[in-house]
Amino acid sequence: MHAALHSPATTAAPPQAAWVHGAAGWQLQLAGAWGPLPGAAQPGSARAGDAAPGAATPGGAAPPPWPAPPEGLGPLTPVGFDALDLQAWDSGLAARLWALCAALAQQGVPVALDGLPPGLRAALQLAQASAGAPAPAPRPAARQAPSQAAITVAFFGEVLLALGRWLGGRSRLRAADVLQQLDETGPRALPIVLLTCGLVGLMLAYMGGAQLGRIGAQTYLADVVAVGMVRELAGLMTAVILAGRVGAAFAAQLATMQAGEEIDALRVLGVDPITHLVLPRLLALLLMAPALMACGALAGVAAGWPPAVLAYGVSSAEYWHQALRALNFTHLWIGLFKGMLYVALVALAGCREGLHAGRSAQAVGQATTAAVVKALVWVVVAATGTTMVFTNLGF
Amino acid sequence: MDRLPAAAAMPRVQVRGLAVEAGGRQVLQGLSFDVQPGEVLAVIGASGCGKSTLLRHLVGLQRPVAGSVLVDGEDLHAGDAARQAARRRRFGVMFQAGALWSSMSLGQNLMLPLQLFTTLDADECARRARFKLALVGLDGAFDLAPAALSGGMRKRAALARALALDPTLLFLDEPGAGLDPLNTARLDELVRNLRHHLGTTVVMVTHEIASIFSVADRALFLDDQAMTMTALGPPQDLLHSGPPAVRAFLQRETAA
Repeated sequence: MHAALHSPATTAAPPQAAWVHGAAGWQLQLAGAWGPLPGAAQPGSARAGDAAPGAATPGGAAPPPWPAPPEGLGPLTPVGFDALDLQAWDSGLAARLWALCAALAQQGVPVALDGLPPGLRAALQLAQASAGAPAPAPRPAARQAPSQAAITVAFFGEVLLALGRWLGGRSRLRAADVLQQLDETGPRALPIVLLTCGLVGLMLAYMGGAQLGRIGAQTYLADVVAVGMVRELAGLMTAVILAGRVGAAFAAQLATMQAGEEIDALRVLGVDPITHLVLPRLLALLLMAPALMACGALAGVAAGWPPAVLAYGVSSAEYWHQALRALNFTHLWIGLFKGMLYVALVALAGCREGLHAGRSAQAVGQATTAAVVKALVWVVVAATGTTMVFTNLGF
Repeated sequence: MDRLPAAAAMPRVQVRGLAVEAGGRQVLQGLSFDVQPGEVLAVIGASGCGKSTLLRHLVGLQRPVAGSVLVDGEDLHAGDAARQAARRRRFGVMFQAGALWSSMSLGQNLMLPLQLFTTLDADECARRARFKLALVGLDGAFDLAPAALSGGMRKRAALARALALDPTLLFLDEPGAGLDPLNTARLDELVRNLRHHLGTTVVMVTHEIASIFSVADRALFLDDQAMTMTALGPPQDLLHSGPPAVRAFLQRETAA
């Protein structure tokens, strides 16, 4: 928004503004060439097309200090403008005049815009036309928004109800949805689950060997690794990996759908988003989790073998024999139960954050972060709780 | 209304033999037209005929498969990245859905171009941003987040952002769609004002027949059957003596 008022032949004078008191009362005298944007490459001139397009002409002079309006203005002292010597103006001058007019209008000072060039006057009038329209004020909340914890509890309840409806045969899941989720969640997570569980098993073997060696009980090294992996760590590590890989993806997918009103489109069709979106993801993870955990536990126990044999002098046959003897049925089902619980929490955290995300690109990122953090916290809390409960029950 | 500047002046936008592709499918071909300095050109046509895709080509977001787009006589895709970027900053673009940056308030959305590409101080940036918001009737929405706006307000805010760097060439994608009649009229008034007093050149994709007749100097009709432009001229002339498809397009909506 930059308009030259006089022929470009006259050399551009520096911009000036000053209040003068004349016969017609106070006037703001404007002179010189205002704008264009300092520091900016000047846009190709629309008027003449004279400047070589693309050439970065130096920007205009910096605007002068803006004079404060004179003291003692009131409803009886109208002010005007004298812009006879104004050579060019830009939106910076328009913005200053607009701010000035708003301030004067608040004091009740009548302002006559006649002295301004027509384009500037029209721009100011257009900007002032909105002054009557009330600013979109933040409306008072009709009621307290539900807290995050309440949303979570409500979400868990909805999932349980949807699960009940499905098990009772009153709603249907599309097998294709579940299969698609299985494909997206399972196979590609396997390598990284094997790697992390294997490394944890290795670590466990070293630590167990060092402690057990002090009392000459290296034979039981296999017990430590096998029970530790199967009962606690395979599930925990699988859940941690899935939280980062899959829970975050759930949150991002659902939050993007939320931003694009896709979830509302399901609702108006009468499709329950929990049944249609959450259950397939939950079931897919629950189906995939035992396989991943079993592989992870195997990798962990196998990775404990080299340190046991090479560093702590346990014979190979002894290690495997002891490992199999240590694993009774109780350890297996406790490990399975805990792992399934963790994975369910991961899926629910991802879906909960996704479904309750805001409607912007930024909200998608927030939902993804929150999903991972919530999943990890919930999983660790659940791990602690179940360990205490099962131990105290004597399993 | 001002007369159009003499035809001798170099056109702001020159389109030569442009072919437009969307989603791997050819939608338009053989487009050749000029946009003269200080004119408002409306791009009209049925939904899905490639208007928005054409606009993406005009602003250089999509590379043409054939033909070229020149802005101020320069190919948009010529030169290195810095040169291309500098060329793009000469025009303002308003996207169909607003495309406001959701992590920033409205005021920050408007101030970002000023902060990045000028040496203005913070007060001056803020004052200009407030003024531009007032121009589109969003006085007082400076601190709101885009997510807190209605669809129509988002549109107007997007126009204000397109004006942030005082461009002399504006590309607007459906500025009136989703606005109430009063606000559509207000936007038309703003576009007329920019063109009339500041010589801003405007290319707007639009469906609003009222806007076409009230602000456009010329209209470019894209036909999805013929896959090319079938008419170019002042809207009144097209209404009376254009090809049948164009007359039907303009009349049905005026009758409605």
